[in-house]
Amino acid sequence: MTREEVYEELNGVFQDVFDDESIVVNDETTANDIEDWDSLEHINLIVSVEKKFGVKFNIGEVHSMQKVGDMVTLILAKKGC
Amino acid sequence: MKELEYPFDPEWMIKKKKSIRKELLEAAEKNGVTFLEKKIAILGGQTTQNIKLVLELFLLNQGIRPSFYESEYNQWFEDGMFPNAELEAFAPDLIYVCTCVRNIIDFPEIADTAETVDQKLANVYEKFVSCWEHLTQAYHCPIIQNNFEYPYFRLMGNKDASDIHGRVNFVTRLNCKFYEYAQTHEGFYICDINYLAASYGLDSWSDPYYWHMFKYAVAVPAIPYLSFNLSNMIKSIYGKNKKAFNLDMDNTLWGGIVGDDGPDNIEIGQETPLAQTYSEFQTYLKLHKQLGVLLTVNSKNDEANALAGLERPDSVLRKDDFVSIKANWNPKSQNLAATAQEMALLPESFVFVDDNPAERAIIAGQIPGVAIPEIGAPEHYIRVLDKSGFFEVTTLSKDDLKRTEMYQENARRNNLMASFENYEDYLLSLEMHAEIGAFVPAYMSRIAQLTNKSNQFNLTTRRMTQENIESCAADPNQITLYGKLEDKFGDNGVVSVVIGRMDGEDLHIDLWLMSCRVLKRDMEFAMMDELVDKAQKAGVRRILGYYYPTAKNAMVKEFYKTQGFSLVSEDASHNTIWEFVIPNKYEKKQHVIAVN
Repeated sequence: MTREEVYEELNGVFQDVFDDESIVVNDETTANDIEDWDSLEHINLIVSVEKKFGVKFNIGEVHSMQKVGDMVTLILAKKGC
Repeated sequence: MKELEYPFDPEWMIKKKKSIRKELLEAAEKNGVTFLEKKIAILGGQTTQNIKLVLELFLLNQGIRPSFYESEYNQWFEDGMFPNAELEAFAPDLIYVCTCVRNIIDFPEIADTAETVDQKLANVYEKFVSCWEHLTQAYHCPIIQNNFEYPYFRLMGNKDASDIHGRVNFVTRLNCKFYEYAQTHEGFYICDINYLAASYGLDSWSDPYYWHMFKYAVAVPAIPYLSFNLSNMIKSIYGKNKKAFNLDMDNTLWGGIVGDDGPDNIEIGQETPLAQTYSEFQTYLKLHKQLGVLLTVNSKNDEANALAGLERPDSVLRKDDFVSIKANWNPKSQNLAATAQEMALLPESFVFVDDNPAERAIIAGQIPGVAIPEIGAPEHYIRVLDKSGFFEVTTLSKDDLKRTEMYQENARRNNLMASFENYEDYLLSLEMHAEIGAFVPAYMSRIAQLTNKSNQFNLTTRRMTQENIESCAADPNQITLYGKLEDKFGDNGVVSVVIGRMDGEDLHIDLWLMSCRVLKRDMEFAMMDELVDKAQKAGVRRILGYYYPTAKNAMVKEFYKTQGFSLVSEDASHNTIWEFVIPNKYEKKQHVIAVN
């Protein structure tokens, strides 16, 4: 899986969770860029991403994610790409 | 919405909850669904946001539109125990206390004496009891309380269960105390998360990741199971349970086709694994009779073949277990509709169980509202039906215990009726006797149940909890009447309820309902006679009746007219108001029932 392919899938997850089809994320996207992205929605995003990519994050990993790019890097590492 | 029925995809629901909600509301608007509006307060010992959001989806799907009060994180006790202006203003219809094993702070320590352990147990329990008592007194509404899931570690290993110092033992004892409270307090219900966690898998349910990250004691992917379970309790409290099974036979009640294979060759009994599976399923269905759930057959078969299947000596279900058997070659949708009509039930009260997806699709397309579970392979039938919560029991009235009998008595009454030419002679031959009076404690739960279940013979469709019923009974300005009807075939139990509110010399009928099982027995006139008598004694000169149309109560549109009322007004939504000025000499309207 390439970084681009991850983004393609990831955009769909963001669009579903925040119910906004216009959302497109990139390496630099943070919670500040998406209106409904608060700590309570964050968990739903994480669970949905885990399900979509068949991966599981631990507490330390979730804690270290500062922007969407960090999440994508982790997904790729976990999938061995 | 099919996706919200068991078995569902929990992660999909978490992800799509916003668009699912939109879709439910749009569909309801398109189909003109009127929701039952309920205010639900969630008092949490953990984060409850997702529990609330997903609960809303399930409730909307059950025809209930909730609005919520949600306590701040872990404020269940403070919110419940102390005066709370915001919650008072909200005036909840129902309170859900969503606590978890992590809310127990003072567990036993290994060195504690037995007395200390008992004291610690009493301390936790009393804290909860004081909260419940304050909630009951302040809000007069049903309370749903979580029990405790098992702890996620066992310090002593297996001994944790049997030793009084073990947390597993402590939680088990505490849960038992909660159950005793539930057994002795009406309107108090336990949400059994202990079972849910076991069913889901305790390690996954209690995954500490979700607690430390977000203060969820329930793993987020497990939340839909909790919310679904809760929605089943709530819909049951508000009378939206299903009432009957409508069952296919071939490959549903037994393996094989009885018409082709012959009754000797169908799979039932103890001879093969498949036969045992079907026998267990038949046993599961038969157990439902104890809850008052009715069993009916809807099978494409010659009747003789269908009955031969049930006459096998090793068949668990016998002909007598069913209140209706339709084995013929009519479309199943037609059979189901006819069965519903004969039993004076709505089609949506039925759960249609058929192994054949094509038959399920036909019912789904023809009769909206019927529950049509995807039952899977025979070994999964029980799990799917059981987890679906169609018949979730929140209260069990005496009537529930003998409902099958009552429907069978009705069949005998119908046979008798056919032998009379004059209907009044038939009614007299029934030797009916009614008990009509003001609400008494023994019948409160049945009265509340009737206000929630009756849809057809119900003038105002006002839903009430047992707490509401009790406060009506205690109010000197209200006239309350229940009616219980017995005849030579048996006791129908409490079948009619009237509540009137006095305002000077006027009496406003806020509620008048009757169970359809006693239609055309003149019971409504017996109720009127008693109402007039009570009203006169209270100084009432005029009775005002109200009819609010719903999708289901057209049968009583002209009810007040037949009682001798005259129409006062009708508004744009066809709500009508009727009046009856009590004459000096009121003539009794019915002569076939002996009253009191």
